[in-house]
Amino acid sequence: MAVAFDEMNGLGEDLRPAYQELSRWLKETPPDALEYRRQEAELLFRRIGITFAVYGDSEAQERLIPFDVIPRIMSATEWTLLEKGLKQRVLALNMFLRDIYHGRDILRANVIPEDLIFQNPVFRPEMNGQDVPHDIYVHIAGIDIIRTDPDNFIVLEDNARTPSGVSYMLENREIMMRLFPDLFSRHRVAPVERYPDELLSALRSVAPHNASAEPTVALMTPGVYNSAYYEHSFLADKLGIELVEGRDLIVKNDEVFMRTTEGLKRVDVIYRRVDDDFLDPLTFRPDSALGVPGLMSAYAAGNITLANAVGTGIADDKAIYSYMPDIVKFYLSEEPILKNVQTWRCREPQDLSYVLDNLADLVVKEVHGSGGYGMLIGPAATKATIEAFRDKLKREPEGFIAQPTLALSTCPTCTDKGLAPRHVDLRPFVLTGSSHTTIVPGGLTRVALKEGSLVVNSSQGGGTKDTWILSE
Amino acid sequence: MLSRTAENLFWLARYVERAEYLARTIDATLRVTALPAAYIGKTNEWDSALLTAGVGAAFYDHYEEANERNVVEYLSFSSENPSSIRNCIEAARLNSRSVRTALTSEMWDTINSAWIELQAVWNKGPANREELAKFLRFVQETSLRFDGSAYRTMLRNDAYWFSRLGVHLERADNTARILDVKYHMLLPEEEHVGGPLDYYQWTSILRSVSATTAYHWVYRETLKPWLIADLLILNDTLPRSLASCYSNLVRNLDQIGVAYGRQGASQRHARGIRNRLEHSHMDDIFQHGVHEFIQEFIADNSRLGEIITKQYLI
Repeated sequence: MAVAFDEMNGLGEDLRPAYQELSRWLKETPPDALEYRRQEAELLFRRIGITFAVYGDSEAQERLIPFDVIPRIMSATEWTLLEKGLKQRVLALNMFLRDIYHGRDILRANVIPEDLIFQNPVFRPEMNGQDVPHDIYVHIAGIDIIRTDPDNFIVLEDNARTPSGVSYMLENREIMMRLFPDLFSRHRVAPVERYPDELLSALRSVAPHNASAEPTVALMTPGVYNSAYYEHSFLADKLGIELVEGRDLIVKNDEVFMRTTEGLKRVDVIYRRVDDDFLDPLTFRPDSALGVPGLMSAYAAGNITLANAVGTGIADDKAIYSYMPDIVKFYLSEEPILKNVQTWRCREPQDLSYVLDNLADLVVKEVHGSGGYGMLIGPAATKATIEAFRDKLKREPEGFIAQPTLALSTCPTCTDKGLAPRHVDLRPFVLTGSSHTTIVPGGLTRVALKEGSLVVNSSQGGGTKDTWILSE
Repeated sequence: MLSRTAENLFWLARYVERAEYLARTIDATLRVTALPAAYIGKTNEWDSALLTAGVGAAFYDHYEEANERNVVEYLSFSSENPSSIRNCIEAARLNSRSVRTALTSEMWDTINSAWIELQAVWNKGPANREELAKFLRFVQETSLRFDGSAYRTMLRNDAYWFSRLGVHLERADNTARILDVKYHMLLPEEEHVGGPLDYYQWTSILRSVSATTAYHWVYRETLKPWLIADLLILNDTLPRSLASCYSNLVRNLDQIGVAYGRQGASQRHARGIRNRLEHSHMDDIFQHGVHEFIQEFIADNSRLGEIITKQYLI
């Protein structure tokens, strides 16, 4: 593969302006001092208990996501462009969802094939004709961004269900400020600490019409065994709201209450980190013990706001993803600012035959997969894996999409052999409330720690970095 | 606050308190068994350690003999024993994780660091007496740190009070269990014929509730069994006495009642027990039978736990 675009050094040895100060600092700092602080950072993470669980890995029930102390830096100009693109994209996602569950103009205009919606398991017929406050479905979006050159931001994936990772954005910054005060004093880094306040005000702004003036917001978690549990408790704490599990909630007369030591208390907005399928055993999976019986009927009655709304999966589905540029154009009559990765839809015969012919060069993903599970990275796969995938593709072509293997940009990272470039992506978090959309300057930079690896997912050995947006 | 949060705080405090109590029991037993046989008689001290921990019967499902090695292992490190120190710390950490938002960072840090530190000990077990002693001291220090950080950093609201309820209910239960196992050593004044044998047993009782020094300050006397009973049952100034635990339980329950604007069954029940302790004299208790008194207390105390659970925690 060709040399990737490097966030610090560009395509050659031309140091990019945002990294000038960091580069100077790195030259002044002896390697063992850096190593010492790296260890200190790890100790801090472990003590705070920022861990995540990896499913199916009982040995390491609670693992630490490796943290790399070299920040990823972006100039104000770059951020302004990215921010504009993200707002545009999330606005289009919300308009699309409103349309899909109401008038379906986009289907009548033949922009998207109908069966892609109606035969999609994440489409929720329960949401047909259901109004949500201020027509907002995706209150919290995590849009995964990659770069292959200095000029373009490319969306790799839209996360419109229950995106996670924001606690790392906040904690990474805390720890960096503790360990590298000198480095901070040499930069002007935009702060991220107001994220919890922004989130809370966005959530309160979408309370049901019959809620009190001070709506009660709660964060709903599947419980301590969930891989993102740390983040759930962290956010509830920062927001100053109760962290509830399904068993703490009860529905009476289509209103939702939490069980407290002083009796039942009404809840108006639930920031839920539980998937649709598990929300209400009466509507969705009857075997789910995580949910609240009757929650969906309270939702239908307009007595509770769920954030994100039910049924948003239809917007971040990987097959729908390939239509995002058309979706943006359809609703906003604007050119999309953020690019899409070229995507072959295996459900379409020509695309499928191209994909089958070029498996060794492509990345093939499950339409409903996430977390880097169940994907094929052609150039890195063995012949046998490729053949196994070929069979899967032929059996169920509509379950897959394929994309070219992109050379994600790299960023200098601490390795056993000193600093070396490693591939990164970026997940900024986009908050939408009743009156405006906010993006705290920064996000979660994920880094593939293995040399040459393109998989940044934490479940697959990826790490994280602090993300700095410089002020003008 | 969420009922589940209150429940978790309550149990978290109980687990930490229990871990400390187990560590002190093992410590006291190690010391008394280190004495020459002539000083302690023929009783199996490890057996009575199991009894005071309330796991006498379950132990024999896993072991043949109650000796130092087996009992220390079962009470400290066994994952088979639901209330081993190990399981107490594991449960305390799990509870802490589910109520992190209700804990101060100091409290979380205490539990989490202890849990991390002890992983190494669980995995290999202590190699020798010295390591065991270090481990027991560490457990006790963890409880002190936890208690101290709760005291110094928590807001004085229902979260704090529910956590205190857990501490005092568990502590009362622990003290009562020692008395229950050793009651036969605690005889009324006129019946007693002292010997070196009993002397070390009494010290051992006091040590397991860390009250050896306190005894001398309160009574300024050599060890007398009826005074030991008086200290552990009725003396309000000793933090581990039943009387003191109940002063605290009544006060914490009242604070909750005031904050919520409502009193209930748990306030009444706790006050009933406290009044009984306040109006009792050691003579009457001896007359009535120490054993019966203690058994009744243990039942009443666990009844209070059930009432609190029903009133607030579910």
